[in-house]
Amino acid sequence: MEPVRDTASEQLSYAEVLHWSTLLGFIVLVVTFAAYVLGWLPTDIPLERLPQLWNLPLNEYLKATGIPTGWSWLFLMNKGDFASQLGIAILSGCSIACIIAIMPAYAKAKNFTYIAICILEIAVLALSASGIFGL
Amino acid sequence: MKQLYLGNSHHSPRFLLYLLPVVLLLSALPAHAVATAAIASTTAWWVWPLGLFVVCFFLGMIAVPAGVGGGVLFVPIVGSFFPFHLDFVRGAGLLVAMASALAAGPSLLKNGMANLRLAMPLALAASISSIAGAKLGLALPDNIVQISLGITVLGIAILMISVKKSEFPDVPKPDRLSQALGIHGIFHDVISGKDIPWQIHRTPMGLLLFLFIGFLGGLFGVGAGWANVPGLNLLMGVPLKVAAGTSSMILSMASSSATWYYLDNGAILPMIAVPSVLGMMMGARIGAHLLTVLKASVIRNMVIAILLFAGIRTMLKGLGWWI
Repeated sequence: MEPVRDTASEQLSYAEVLHWSTLLGFIVLVVTFAAYVLGWLPTDIPLERLPQLWNLPLNEYLKATGIPTGWSWLFLMNKGDFASQLGIAILSGCSIACIIAIMPAYAKAKNFTYIAICILEIAVLALSASGIFGL
Repeated sequence: MKQLYLGNSHHSPRFLLYLLPVVLLLSALPAHAVATAAIASTTAWWVWPLGLFVVCFFLGMIAVPAGVGGGVLFVPIVGSFFPFHLDFVRGAGLLVAMASALAAGPSLLKNGMANLRLAMPLALAASISSIAGAKLGLALPDNIVQISLGITVLGIAILMISVKKSEFPDVPKPDRLSQALGIHGIFHDVISGKDIPWQIHRTPMGLLLFLFIGFLGGLFGVGAGWANVPGLNLLMGVPLKVAAGTSSMILSMASSSATWYYLDNGAILPMIAVPSVLGMMMGARIGAHLLTVLKASVIRNMVIAILLFAGIRTMLKGLGWWI
């Protein structure tokens, strides 16, 4: 068995996409959170009300606030508490972007096993992101 | 700092000496915790996120040199001593674990400390089960989750005490599955300056183990570096440094699937999650430098002490014996 270097081309592609997507995620996370905390954007739940809410179990919190679940927050980006979820979503989506980026390398090498693993991993992450599993 | 060089034996009486201040410090916190519920609604809202940032900064400082992810310290400590419900603490814990792993990923991959071929199949197993864990975690009664979390955290501490790692495990023959997947490589050891070829065995058992690890990670939001590294190193025979780096890659993918689940269901509050992530990541940068002035074993023992205390506290809180 011929050993292969641990820095194969697909690994370097993954690293490159991971670097830029993570950087983007952190920048968005900090900027949107600053907008939320510093009051640059209006909030759906007043900041002063949070201490009465964050000690509630999730179900009670959702009932008390009436905030939407799933992807509805995307349509409420004008409010600070929802805008600051964008950075979290970008960070959570980094792995999907990275896996998509390495698939051409596996396809070129006709490595069908890893193409299948990539497709399955993307499917798992996408299904989880879709909200299909519900509470 | 020299007085902190007290040896690395877990059984040394001197071990207890530097655990004592930590235990005493943490013992003082329950008093605050009792008062927490009463004052939570009267304290200015910004006090808690600011406190969270400071605590996470210190957790990040000790998590990196101790070789554990931030999530495993974050969930029991913040869950026990802050007024936030455990549902939101676990959501933030997953984000903390994921963000730390994502940030470390590019350099680990580029310098060959992580292996993508090894990470991908194991991450797939862990990603699937972490969703199941997250779903169960948000459905179970609070006290059951608290008790189980406490037991798990105590188990992690015992694992850290008892497990001996192997720098370069002996793998005489790779198994068929790892050969079929092409999981092998060359690790360049900077210390010796040598290229060290490696291969793995027991891949099917490894996949089963990572199904279980992913489930626990999703259930408790604790990340899984504490289990990934021994699993890769001792069970599958991955060199220790490659195991540590690859663990981070697996964690970044497996935590993503559970984080999506928490995010979709409204269980990630930015006001809790973002200060935690920022504090932990800033602390981790200092933590990397701490290794130059403190022995890793000293910090590791401190983390074990904190885990033991936090585990007992979490379990007793779940049982209603220590609110």
